[in-house]
Amino acid sequence: MSFVFTIIGAILVILGLVFFIGAAFGLLRFPDFYTRMHAAGKGDTLCSLLIVLGVAVGLLAEVDWTHFDWHHTVPQLLVPLKLLAICVFIMVSSPASTHALMDAGFDDGIEPVTAEGGNALADDGFHAAAGDPEPYQEGSKIP
Amino acid sequence: MTTFYIIAGVVLLLLMVPAVVRIVKGPTAIDRTVGVNVIGTKTAVLLVIIGMIFKRVDMFVDFALAYGLLNFIGSIAAARYLHRSKEAPVDDRKRNVKESIHGASGEEARG
Repeated sequence: MSFVFTIIGAILVILGLVFFIGAAFGLLRFPDFYTRMHAAGKGDTLCSLLIVLGVAVGLLAEVDWTHFDWHHTVPQLLVPLKLLAICVFIMVSSPASTHALMDAGFDDGIEPVTAEGGNALADDGFHAAAGDPEPYQEGSKIP
Repeated sequence: MTTFYIIAGVVLLLLMVPAVVRIVKGPTAIDRTVGVNVIGTKTAVLLVIIGMIFKRVDMFVDFALAYGLLNFIGSIAAARYLHRSKEAPVDDRKRNVKESIHGASGEEARG
């Protein structure tokens, strides 16, 4: 019976590592602050949740389920419950910090990459650079 | 099972390298903060895996919880520090971004 918990835990850990591959390379290769933030926020949260949950399920395999005793079986469930508390905390805190950082970047005026090829904030003359292409006109070709 | 957790920890550690690269060459300070946030969260997860390797999860779980809490506080503090919403040009820039996303509307359509 206990090997089922082991296998499910291992699958969850491997799935979390796969998600972290996406998060890490998205953080490395995306062209824009906002898209990088997207990859980091979502991939990081889901990866952490899956790995911690996989470790918790893997720990359930070491619990002695055959002789259920209130004084010996239930204290063994304390560490998986703490791991679930870490899961809940990550699920609350990681999107909150991502949102706070995104808000700070948006108020700092970091330019998003747009389909026109220029930056969307160049109109006020604050960020206009010499090499910026023409702004988008009706009927012109989007690269 | 210890071998599995050792391999998982090493893979997790190797996948932190792109975040380090983003910290080193990030164009803005907030990019670097995002990289630090990712590495901090992953360190909390790595502490749990280290606890599984050493078979002392009951001790390392508390470390991971404290580390995650400190990481959250640090990233919120960095976000508040880098926030510059009190300056005057920011509102114009914000409105320009909103117009470029949603099309020109709002004040100009009314006026």
